[in-house]
Amino acid sequence: MSDSRAHRDRVVGVQEQSRTREQLRADVARMTTSAVTDPPASQSTTFGAAWHDLVRGFRQHELWLQLGWQDIKQRYRRSTLGPLWITIATGVMALALGLLYSMLFQIPVAEFLPHVTVGLIMWGFISGCIKDGADIFIDNEGLIKQLPSALSVHVYRLVWRQALFLAHNLVIWVILMMIFPRALGWEVFLAIPAMALLIVNGVWVTMLFGIIATRYRDVAPLLEAMVQLLFYVTPIVWTTQTLKEQGGDIAQRALLAEINPLFHYMEIIRAPLIGQPIAAYHWWVVLGCTVVGLLLALLAMKQWRFRVSYWV
Amino acid sequence: MVSIDTYNACVDFPIFDAKSRSMKKALLSTAGGAIGRNADNTVVVEALRDINLHLKEGDRVGLVGHNGAGKTTLLRLLSGIYEPTRGSADIRGRVAPVFDLGVGMDPEISGYENIIIRGLFLGQTRKQMKAKIDEIAEFSELGEYLNMPLRTYSTGMRVRLALGVVTSIEPEILLLDEGIGAVDAAFMAKARVRLQELVKRSGILVFASHSNDFLAQLCNTALWIDHGEIRKAGLVDEVVEAYEGKGAGDYVRSLLKRFDVEKP
Repeated sequence: MSDSRAHRDRVVGVQEQSRTREQLRADVARMTTSAVTDPPASQSTTFGAAWHDLVRGFRQHELWLQLGWQDIKQRYRRSTLGPLWITIATGVMALALGLLYSMLFQIPVAEFLPHVTVGLIMWGFISGCIKDGADIFIDNEGLIKQLPSALSVHVYRLVWRQALFLAHNLVIWVILMMIFPRALGWEVFLAIPAMALLIVNGVWVTMLFGIIATRYRDVAPLLEAMVQLLFYVTPIVWTTQTLKEQGGDIAQRALLAEINPLFHYMEIIRAPLIGQPIAAYHWWVVLGCTVVGLLLALLAMKQWRFRVSYWV
Repeated sequence: MVSIDTYNACVDFPIFDAKSRSMKKALLSTAGGAIGRNADNTVVVEALRDINLHLKEGDRVGLVGHNGAGKTTLLRLLSGIYEPTRGSADIRGRVAPVFDLGVGMDPEISGYENIIIRGLFLGQTRKQMKAKIDEIAEFSELGEYLNMPLRTYSTGMRVRLALGVVTSIEPEILLLDEGIGAVDAAFMAKARVRLQELVKRSGILVFASHSNDFLAQLCNTALWIDHGEIRKAGLVDEVVEAYEGKGAGDYVRSLLKRFDVEKP
């Protein structure tokens, strides 16, 4: 050990001992006293703590933005095409399903292919948030138990990753619009607030299902099955239009699709992107679901946020 | 103002998959916290019970105790990772927990990127970490390896990198858990100096360790944790003596005296 280092060692050692034993004894007495007249109540199950978690997590945006990117780069590391595979995979799926169903239902490809494609892109985001959301805290057990960061950091990271997937997939939409040109008016910009709403919904879905699935381990496989089912129930590879055109009894059945809230989420994004008119009530349904969902997530956070580190 | 206060804080772990048949066995065991049942009839492990601690700037506290006594759980309570299930805790200040050097490290990305991410996890900004990166590179002596993915590193090299990052930050509350091993002796001497400097910069230090040398070097007071409770609190030599016996206490005292004599 060099002289200067030995000297530094000593200085530090001395600094630690600068308090006399009597002072230290007083310190110990102060440290371990239990004679506190009115100990503050625990803030763990308050809305304030839940909200604070969301804000604190958001402020760490440098962290989750970086981690979200990392997740994507990680998945396609050393592959030549890299994240382009996201686009290709969704593109092939959309093309195959679009062509097949347009033949089966006898709908013009130019009309049906964009419908299926945009639907699949959105579905990727929605199912990603639900399925990955259910595992989010369990997957991040190491981080949760070792670092006192806000719970919402993990949620933002996941939603950001899904948003990046979505952005990659939107390339397909651009290509389709060039192949099947149509008169897209200013309405196309309505898709931007619609997607923003979708992302906000991603946050509450991930948080809510994440918390519940961490406590009840049966929820994740249940959600997995549900998502599968919802895919067929939601008009993605079929349209309510075909039902309505058949008239009569079958047209009535189209109303069944309206019960599914995901249908409305689909509509507010899909309609402007493929140049179809959209009824205002879809927006109201989505806004209502968003508010209710956010409240539910906040309630779950208030009640169980601080339990997650115990449950993982 | 940096401070940690806990008021009758308890940490109970619910064990949802514990079979009641094993209860008898569990109750008879000596290691770990007490096992009981809570109001919902779930098996719970009382990892910490009625912890009253009031730490403020300048406190240097060591933690001793058997495996499973609750040292790590206490550190997690003090860091805010576990909020007490009963009682309350109030933590003011930026916490830098150093429990597991490997956590938050991604094997697939380069050493440089890992330095940044690890720093972000510890509450630093990207800019702060960029400013420190040369210093960390120099300290860790990893050279060209910093451009390689972390998976190409040996265990010792990873520890070097992690120690480099951890000792470069400015924590207000520093919580150290032992287990800094797997580095060669020469590097350990270097790391020790940096650890001491880090401790000097931090407001509060709580340090769990089985090494009396380390305890004497870094702490002046200590707590003996036993079965989830503070069994004894006092000066570091007194607590070590109570925990390990007269010999260990004398050893710590001799170390402390040496530091005292060396006063310039």
